[in-house]
Amino acid sequence: MPSSIKPVTQPSASSLSQEPLLRVEDLKAYFFMDEGTVRAVDGVSFDVFPGKVVGIVGESGCGKSVTMKAILQILEPSAKIISGKVTLRSRFNSLDPDSPEELVELTGLHPDSRKIRKIRGSEIALIPQEPMAAFSPVYTVGNHIIETILLHQDVSKQEARQIAIDVFRSVGISMPEQRIDSYSWELSGGLRQRAIIAMALSCNPRLLIADEPTTAIDVTTQAQILKLLRKLQEERQTSIIFITHDLGVIAQMADEVVVMYLGMVMEKGPVHTIFKDAKHPYTQALLRSIPSVQSTPRLKLPTIAGSIAHPFNRPAGCPFHPRCKHFMRGVCDASQPALAPIAEGHFVSCFLYSSESMSPVATGRQAVPATENNP
Amino acid sequence: MLRYILQRLLLIPVLLFLFSVMVFALVQAPPGDYLTSYIATLSSSGSSLDQAEIEALKAQFGLDQPVYIQYVRWIQSLLRGKLGLSLEYQRPNVELIAERIGLTLVLALSAFVFTWIVAIPLGIYSATHRNTLLDYLTTVLNYIGVATPNFMLALILMWWAYSQFGLSVTGLFSREFEQAPWSFAKVIDLLKHIWVPMIVIGMAGTARLTRVMRANLLDELNKPYMTSGRARGLSEWQLVMKYPVRLAINPLASTIGWYLPEIFSGSLIVATVMNLQNIGPLLLRSLINQDMYLAGSILLIYCFLAIIGTLLSDILLAWLDPRIRMEKT
Amino acid sequence: MAGVEPNLAQPEDTHLPQDRESESAALPIPPEEQTGVGESLLPATQDEERISVASNWTLVWWRFRKNKLALISTAILLFLVLIVLMPEFFATVDPEETDARLAFIPVQGIHWLDEGRLKPWVPGVAGKRDPVTLRMIWTTDESQKIYVRFFAPGFSYKFLGLIETDRHLIGTVDSGQASQVYLLGTDRLGRDQWSRLAYATRISMTIGMASVILSVVLGLLLGGISGYFGGWPDMVIQRTIELLQSLPVIPIWLALTAALPRTWSPEKVFFAITIILALRGWTTLAREVRGRFLSLREEDFVLAAELSGASQARIILVHMIPTFTSHIIATSTLAIPVMIVTETSLSFLGLGMRPPAISWGVMLQEAQNIQTLALAPWLLTPGLVVIVAVLIFNLVGDGLRDAADPYSH
Repeated sequence: MPSSIKPVTQPSASSLSQEPLLRVEDLKAYFFMDEGTVRAVDGVSFDVFPGKVVGIVGESGCGKSVTMKAILQILEPSAKIISGKVTLRSRFNSLDPDSPEELVELTGLHPDSRKIRKIRGSEIALIPQEPMAAFSPVYTVGNHIIETILLHQDVSKQEARQIAIDVFRSVGISMPEQRIDSYSWELSGGLRQRAIIAMALSCNPRLLIADEPTTAIDVTTQAQILKLLRKLQEERQTSIIFITHDLGVIAQMADEVVVMYLGMVMEKGPVHTIFKDAKHPYTQALLRSIPSVQSTPRLKLPTIAGSIAHPFNRPAGCPFHPRCKHFMRGVCDASQPALAPIAEGHFVSCFLYSSESMSPVATGRQAVPATENNP
Repeated sequence: MLRYILQRLLLIPVLLFLFSVMVFALVQAPPGDYLTSYIATLSSSGSSLDQAEIEALKAQFGLDQPVYIQYVRWIQSLLRGKLGLSLEYQRPNVELIAERIGLTLVLALSAFVFTWIVAIPLGIYSATHRNTLLDYLTTVLNYIGVATPNFMLALILMWWAYSQFGLSVTGLFSREFEQAPWSFAKVIDLLKHIWVPMIVIGMAGTARLTRVMRANLLDELNKPYMTSGRARGLSEWQLVMKYPVRLAINPLASTIGWYLPEIFSGSLIVATVMNLQNIGPLLLRSLINQDMYLAGSILLIYCFLAIIGTLLSDILLAWLDPRIRMEKT
Repeated sequence: MAGVEPNLAQPEDTHLPQDRESESAALPIPPEEQTGVGESLLPATQDEERISVASNWTLVWWRFRKNKLALISTAILLFLVLIVLMPEFFATVDPEETDARLAFIPVQGIHWLDEGRLKPWVPGVAGKRDPVTLRMIWTTDESQKIYVRFFAPGFSYKFLGLIETDRHLIGTVDSGQASQVYLLGTDRLGRDQWSRLAYATRISMTIGMASVILSVVLGLLLGGISGYFGGWPDMVIQRTIELLQSLPVIPIWLALTAALPRTWSPEKVFFAITIILALRGWTTLAREVRGRFLSLREEDFVLAAELSGASQARIILVHMIPTFTSHIIATSTLAIPVMIVTETSLSFLGLGMRPPAISWGVMLQEAQNIQTLALAPWLLTPGLVVIVAVLIFNLVGDGLRDAADPYSH
């Protein structure tokens, strides 16, 4: 592995703002288990631009959360990053808005190295799925947050506490001075979620990864939390990677959408394109299964036929082909379609839109042999 | 919290009363008493006591009274801090016990400390280095440690030391210190001898606690707050030491409740095998010889130690775990 | 916001383009042609099907047999049970036969080959009295071969208490040499350790298992009452359990066994010790059973049984207890070694089983003296058997517990 850190020669901030904050290129992370190898993330690429929200959507088990863990290098011991690059524009001083930056290749760092630990929490912060479980039950909420602040900022305990109280207030928690000394199990679901957001924001990160942040809470609180996130995002110009299986949330939050299926990107593009002009059969099926006010009453909601393949037995070729309405024998099950642009910023991985699919016999020869995909 | 402790403290006399009745019933239960067996021994050796002497002895020990009067008298003297007179040794029980209670406590506590010092780091290592060679080795040793009765371990060690090196690992003192008054040199001598019985007594418990610690930690290591902590930039070491270890110690604290009393009573058998001068062999002897007041007093002391152990662990647990602490205020 | 989630639920019947051979290749298949119903999607589905129809016990067995260590332990356990059932068959001589002149004969190893052929023999022993200490010193004499064979005739006994026979697992070819084979040596009184060990296994294992069975009965009964009915019986039983559990075990056991009259027969002592051991053993089980009952009471299937008019006894016996039988078996298996160790310790101190009864603890009494032990280390073999027995019970119990817990994986 070449040197993982490439110092940047101080270009002007304006030119940099057009560069992606985080770039994920062909990321592959596999689980190695006794039963076999699970290719949880298999060649995922996307960019996160400053101040933008990228939504990653897909069914459970499609590798959304593993992607997030791979970016932060906090994968389980049984999982390994096989290849790919994750590059982050990291500030030298997270408190200084004009701080010089460097390009850090996260995938080249040791998971427990000082460098990546410095980035976690201060440059990239995580809003985990279950706010209850994200706090240890034997320490107060404040203890966790102050710990994070002390880890990343050069302040006294007293100052850290004040920062924690301020950030509590900014996420709309009333009586922050008292609440900070309570335990997570003493707080209501909404407050807990706010506390988690406060913890993520406490060190002023430029990128938030929100891993299904609203699945564990009830609907009304969900709406409030999303509103809060949107507001904070606009105020602070934070970038967010928003992981969810809820297309409605995506529509409300995201600027860009990445649709994943079995560890691969099926389609990605700007949010309005995806909702108005989805190309991939999987995305189309997902969109059809959303109930809407206009849909015919008492009509059975369409579902996607079949179920997600067993992780050890991923289908050969396009992973979606066994469930696809437009399945083409000898094409879709023969090789994997590449993620190709079909419009400005709109990418689809499907043979329906690649010119090669017109001559299937030829495709069979030209395409990358799919043998390695056989179970 | 304070109220909770007070409640528990108030329960102690109630428990002690119940235990005293039980204990008295137990030491009373065998047919005959010390005097009858004493007379039998005397007559078999040729001499005998005349009736007047027997009556006098009976009156002295209250053996001529009905059982419940005997119990009341025993309790009365207990409350006055007198544990009565040993029938066999013809000495006050307080003296006999006082000679040995110190060593009993020292032995049990050192075994307890040994257990924790070994079990906690070993458990942490085993859990964080799962499926490594040392982890497997620990698991195997744990199984064997749990399966070996401690007197068996004592026998094996004694036999090994004796047949290989001609060493005697019994006793807590060298011969010249056995009867000597306490001095600095005697303490050093004790330290030289205590480690073998300490390991023997603590072995099974160490094996069990290591397993408990490992299992608890493995549970905790998979909790989402570990992921959350990593994502906040904590190092593995900081993370393990602050969160799961802290939580895994809770169940360990509850072990004081059963483990400390277990060590006290478990040391009894080892003490007999290894000839250690704690109250264990004294109890055994008094039980066999039907020296009922001595046996009763020692049994009550064991009960008291067990109650204290449970109390300590409950308080410690309440103090360690805020969820319990809140519930109980 | 709610309900906007895409409905990704798996439909009841999975329509999959199964019949691919008949399709003209390379063209998108029109949706209406997708009629082939998936028969075998993946090899995994057959397994899943097998699992979904298997009974609970089959599932437990499938999980248990994956645990090789537990399987091996079960085999050894079955062998021990065989000894329990017929120690006479395994013994070579009468375990009570004493001959002080044959004291401390060392272990005679079995040699399997004789002059290149399979013909097992043990070397003879010759004793010489040490002129100073007057102790017998035994030396094995390899030139003197005592041939042994399996299923040899020996002293007669009733096989399983029914059939009169004189066959033993191992014995001498020449029956005149029967009292010259000491596979595990002899003790202070010249008794054959091997034969005594067989009989001791019977008593010690039986005490362990009997007291656990008694504990299970008590625990199920009292724990069940406590958990199912609640109220004051629960209160009384819970307080009793707490009281019993805060007692210091070993001293109380010592006092209880010391209170057994010296004049009692071994059978009486046996039953008394079984009861004494069960006296506290039931408490742990009763707690577990109570907890199970408390949570099961809230379950829908219990309510359903109640609503369909099942009697209380039926609900308890048919609906509730089967849900945790496997756990009870696992817990009791793990309780047996505790009982065995306790009995051994008590007997070792002279307060448990007493001679002429033979148990592992009684045998170990002979090993109390360290000088004797240095001279005759084979006196420790009963201790090794205890360790092995405890080990395998623990391994089997752990295996059962893991296998019985459907949520562990």
